[in-house]
Amino acid sequence: MRTLEQTTQEVLDLAAKHFQLPSGSLAPDDDFFKKLGIDSLQTLEMLSRLENHFGIELPDYEVQGVSDFKTLAERIQSRL
Amino acid sequence: MLDLSKYQSVGEALRDALDQYANEVCLIEADREREKERLTYRDFKQRAHPLAKALQDSVFSAGARAGIIMTNQSKWLISAYAIFFAGGVLVPLDYKLTPDEQWQLLKHSEASLLITEYPIWRQLSGSPGRATATNVQTVLVTEAPANADLSGAQRWEEFRGTGEPVFVARKRSDTACVVYSSGTGGRPKGCMMTHENYLEQCVALTSLYPFWPGVRYLSILPTNHAIDFMVGFFGPFTCGAAVVHLRTLRPEYVRQAFPKYKITYVSLVPLVLKNLQKGLQARFDALPLGKRKIFNALVGVNKALTKSRPRLGISRLLLKQVHEAFGGALRAIIVGGAFSEPQTLQFFYDLGIPVANGYGLTEAGTAITVNDLKPFRADTVGKPLPGMEVRILEPSADGVGEVAVRGKTVMAGYLNEPELTAETVVDGWLLTGDLGRFDGAGHLQLAGRKKNMIVTEEGKNIYPEDIETVFESLSVKEFCVLAANYIWPKRSMTGEKLVLALHLEEGQQYSEELHQDINARNNRLINYKRIHGIVLLDEDFPRTASLKIKRNVLAERLAKLDSGTAILPL
Repeated sequence: MRTLEQTTQEVLDLAAKHFQLPSGSLAPDDDFFKKLGIDSLQTLEMLSRLENHFGIELPDYEVQGVSDFKTLAERIQSRL
Repeated sequence: MLDLSKYQSVGEALRDALDQYANEVCLIEADREREKERLTYRDFKQRAHPLAKALQDSVFSAGARAGIIMTNQSKWLISAYAIFFAGGVLVPLDYKLTPDEQWQLLKHSEASLLITEYPIWRQLSGSPGRATATNVQTVLVTEAPANADLSGAQRWEEFRGTGEPVFVARKRSDTACVVYSSGTGGRPKGCMMTHENYLEQCVALTSLYPFWPGVRYLSILPTNHAIDFMVGFFGPFTCGAAVVHLRTLRPEYVRQAFPKYKITYVSLVPLVLKNLQKGLQARFDALPLGKRKIFNALVGVNKALTKSRPRLGISRLLLKQVHEAFGGALRAIIVGGAFSEPQTLQFFYDLGIPVANGYGLTEAGTAITVNDLKPFRADTVGKPLPGMEVRILEPSADGVGEVAVRGKTVMAGYLNEPELTAETVVDGWLLTGDLGRFDGAGHLQLAGRKKNMIVTEEGKNIYPEDIETVFESLSVKEFCVLAANYIWPKRSMTGEKLVLALHLEEGQQYSEELHQDINARNNRLINYKRIHGIVLLDEDFPRTASLKIKRNVLAERLAKLDSGTAILPL
């Protein structure tokens, strides 16, 4: 079982990879809309990638209103 | 052509449709690759009538208001129909608003009933806003887990009456829905849409984009939005067509839905349409040179053959693979909610996929103008719908002025806001606040805004007043949020941004600390509501006798600054 810290780190690594950013360039409190300059549609694409990685299903309502990696990681952790 | 002239209300037209098309499929609901539900009109009636009966057995009476806050799904439409059947007024609210915003609108609407989903209720029930909306007496929650704490709500699935409900008649002039076009945090604008508004709009729209049994509409835009309510519920239902709901809007599942359910129509916001264009273009660019040449030649042939009107059969043969990716049955993409760029519209039309581009606002009942495809024009928002009068007020030398609209689809007014209504609807003409001109062929071309607001590519209307609360108690003398286009008008409907005008205290400097504070507050706003820059003005803001900022006068003063250098980016 992953710890929340591990999950958060994996989320950051995957997001950086997905958006072709250097590893370590994202932080848990970063607002991904602002930091990545992405729109809601690109966020959904990122979520699909995270789902595949963690082997979970994350309903759209679970991520409604979430805009930072830390909260996103918490939502993922609750479904692991 | 659809004839709804004999009907007095939305509920009455729907009631007859459920019987007339009893054996046709009306709803398909899918969750990822799994199909969850497929209902005929008969099934739909069997689900909705016990709910309507239970409403009638409770305190719900004719004219009572009922809010729905749900994602797009079958229970949204079943609940709405039951409310109409029982003579109620529907208040469809955006599920993407914050819980406090939702409570605020529920309070303003005076809704006595709320129907929502369990995940949304979890957020709503714990929100402080709940204490203020004491008018909401009954809450029905769908799909709650067996042992869930419902915090005073009842299970939608168990809220069932026995016996047949009695249909409650309404008049055409009665309010059918209160639809909020804005006002979260500011002055709520609850558009009172009458039964006549919907009946007339439905006839006008389906005369250009018809539905019939077998047609399948993919519902992606939120159903509380005027467009999806009309073309994803009332329109298809009165014609016996089917609506497909997806419980997740991940792009890969949306893509799969087209071929899987043989989608006929879909509505998208410009942002999604542009994204679709990018994806397709990347695939075309990746074709080997030889294939790409053949493909481009076929697109060229299609363009030539569809110059005067769409020829779906020919386009599907010529560009088979593209059309098969969309399921092979797609007749048109309806785009709305915001302005679409002409080159995106042309891109799809050249592939043989017409885009029903138009112009509308909630206050006018969905659409005012729509492209009638005779021929397709990417550079305009089309011609006025049948029954809609559109004129340009005080046109400049090049014909540009404010767009005003009159017709049977214009709202009755804003709920509890007679003054605002009188400012917006003058002698029966709805003043849209948008600027435009008519070309020689009678097509409307939009040319910017007169009003202080922006519309994002995601179709979100943002009014500066609605986001100012986040900057309250900012350590400056005074502040005001304005649309940059309102200060420095440009003849464009895209790339609109908000700015924060600041008047600092005497001797105060725009410090790094203040900058950080503004940034932190800005980040509390959902991404599309954020301001993009700061404008400093070293003079008192003009105010009314009641000390409200005169935004128009302030904008005129700010306009004297150079927009190229005055905006400090955040």
